[in-house]
Amino acid sequence: MIEIPYNVKPRQETGLYNAKLGIWLFLASEVMLFGGLFSAYVLLRVGSPVWPPGGEAQLNIPLATINTFNLILSSWTIVKSWIALKENDFKGFKTYMGITLLCSLIFLVIKYFEYSAKLHHGIFPSTDNFYGIYFTLTGLHGLHVIGGLIVNFYLWGPGKKMWKSEPERFTNRVEVSGLYWHFVDLVWIFLFPTLYLL
Amino acid sequence: MEESISTNNHKERFIWTYVFSQDHKVIGIQYGITALFFMLFGFVLMMIMRWQLAYPDTPVPFIGGLLSEDKLLSPDMYNAFGAMHGTIMIFLGVVPILVGAFGNYVVPLQIGAPDMAFPKLNMASYWVYFVGGIVMFASFFMEGGPAASGWTMYPPLSIIAENGETVWLLGMVFLITSSLLGSMNIIVTIVQLRPEGLTWMRLPFFVWAQLVTSFLLVLAFPPLEAAAVLQIMDRIAETSFFMPSGLVVGGEAVDVAGGGSPLLWQHLFWFLAHPEVYVLILPGMGIVAEVVANNTRKPLWGYKALVYSVVFLGFMSFIVWAHHMFLTGMGQAMSAFFQTTTMIISIPSVIILSALLISLWGGSIRFNTPMLFALGWMPMFGIGGLTGLPLGLAPTDIPLHDTYYVIGHFHYVVAPGSIFAIFAGIYYWFPKMTGHKLNESLGKVHFYFSFIFMNGIFMPMFIQGLAGVSRRLADGGASYAHALEVLQWNEFMSYSAWFLGLAQIPFIINIVLTILKKRDKNAERNPWKSTTIEWNAAPSPPIAHGNFDKELTVYRGPCEYSVPGANKDFSPQTEK
Repeated sequence: MIEIPYNVKPRQETGLYNAKLGIWLFLASEVMLFGGLFSAYVLLRVGSPVWPPGGEAQLNIPLATINTFNLILSSWTIVKSWIALKENDFKGFKTYMGITLLCSLIFLVIKYFEYSAKLHHGIFPSTDNFYGIYFTLTGLHGLHVIGGLIVNFYLWGPGKKMWKSEPERFTNRVEVSGLYWHFVDLVWIFLFPTLYLL
Repeated sequence: MEESISTNNHKERFIWTYVFSQDHKVIGIQYGITALFFMLFGFVLMMIMRWQLAYPDTPVPFIGGLLSEDKLLSPDMYNAFGAMHGTIMIFLGVVPILVGAFGNYVVPLQIGAPDMAFPKLNMASYWVYFVGGIVMFASFFMEGGPAASGWTMYPPLSIIAENGETVWLLGMVFLITSSLLGSMNIIVTIVQLRPEGLTWMRLPFFVWAQLVTSFLLVLAFPPLEAAAVLQIMDRIAETSFFMPSGLVVGGEAVDVAGGGSPLLWQHLFWFLAHPEVYVLILPGMGIVAEVVANNTRKPLWGYKALVYSVVFLGFMSFIVWAHHMFLTGMGQAMSAFFQTTTMIISIPSVIILSALLISLWGGSIRFNTPMLFALGWMPMFGIGGLTGLPLGLAPTDIPLHDTYYVIGHFHYVVAPGSIFAIFAGIYYWFPKMTGHKLNESLGKVHFYFSFIFMNGIFMPMFIQGLAGVSRRLADGGASYAHALEVLQWNEFMSYSAWFLGLAQIPFIINIVLTILKKRDKNAERNPWKSTTIEWNAAPSPPIAHGNFDKELTVYRGPCEYSVPGANKDFSPQTEK
């Protein structure tokens, strides 16, 4: 197989290795994806005489607050896991990445309880546009959390053997996955006030 | 170690070399072949529709039996064919061939890279595109037929439509994902993998066009993905994002919560679809620029102006989208804003076309097939551009928008525009892909007949459109008082379309015959005597993995033809 330049080492003019530029572009496209959805939210809200259209929103603010802090914590631990690799501390990586995985799992479990409580009370996406956009936005965000969880789990579990063969490339992978994870966290930080508080 | 052993095994297996290849050249050719087949399919749909337009409600000859028992193209099927013609031509034909095929094959070669930055992702983007294509194609065999609400899928019609619509949306999610992966790959390749000496202003114009196009795809497609997600929710989870309150269909109130906005879809859709127009044309401009510089044997006139224009064009294309929506009554202030930006965006387009035209001045032009297509491209793209001006202003757009004038306008941009550029590109880079030039005589037959019949199809559309013929009638206007004076053109246009189909036969024969030729081990590497890297530093076809057979350093700009004092009329970028 041929060697692709700047696969691991950064290119001097840009200061980036290929995957890092790639993930930034991917995140730019993700910003546009969620940007489109947030614009849809704004237009629907502006176009509605009252918001939410069905009166008081019944969202569980305490649970969502826990989830917000939970995700912020996981963003911090994933950085710690990358720093640990930079300092050649593989055990530290395992611990911090493990906490990240745990946080994402807790996030999904809490989300599951929130969803099932809604459905239990007969609230569906079709109820009105507020719940429609609530389920769509948080559902799409949830899919992003699951995606990140799978990738992080791969790096923590079966993918970790790369640390022995190509430590620098492995560290890069953790960095790239971390950038993505920050984005997922950031989307939630916008979603939480938009849907729950405003 | 493990990897290198498995690579050796891969080399021997057909499936890894030609099917699941990670080599950008093979992927580019895969994209090209698949996209050409889809273009042919989309064109066949149109030829059937043109029968219905010329001879309404008479049995379709030859393939009528496939359509229905009475061999007629029903109005419902006409709608479905129209929607799928647009979808297939744009998302499965022209974009994959311009970005997937030419972007993949030519960009790494022109910037001296051994491959794309992410070969595995590249393979994935082709296969995701392929699945998207299969999903779209499969919708023809569904009960109720494929999506039939136009390629724009305006709600609420698209939401109350048959199940083909859901399949269309799923297919789009695949195609969007594929485009995103592909265009990210192209950007990273261009930014990161240039060899020593290949500075930004030494990039061939084609590479600039691909770079801007890729940015458009990365940033404009996600809002359509968002819109598709919302429309899928509307159809499956019965939300009402695009469904207004109090909607009555067929005398009965639609049972949804309501409160949504059909205009919201149009904004999200055109936020993608206007940049998409530039995705369809910018790589074409890039191809024409390469061919023109090469065959006039002199530098492009105003290379820097071309580069700045294409970047500005890319930026502006994000803020003109609502000029597709003047008819919606979105208000004076909105219309005024989008009219202004639309007039501004015509400036860089005119600069590009003018620069290419002036490039011809004083050149000793070689009239080979790629150059003929490039020369044919210029006036026809010009017609497409100029007829767009009245559509960019609300007062003139409102009477013209729902007529054939609009169809004529945008087909001049994308059919003789993009597709002539594609042909120019195929004839130009074919010797690099196979080691053999395509036959010039067959190529010229292909060009002249295509040129005549393209105009034969689209020119009368302006006449019909200015007479006020609506563009959405399945009988071509036979039941429409406005159309009576200009109805006779329908037959003329239909014959032009069918002859255009016949005019593609020499092209197909040409490609098949040339591919069947014995592989020439000592094929000329630079038959067009070009300056750019792909022709000088790589054999034809380039080495399977890695492309080049020498170390690359770049010493000069991309179009140094007829440099005074040089010993030949072209000075390759890789030579001191």
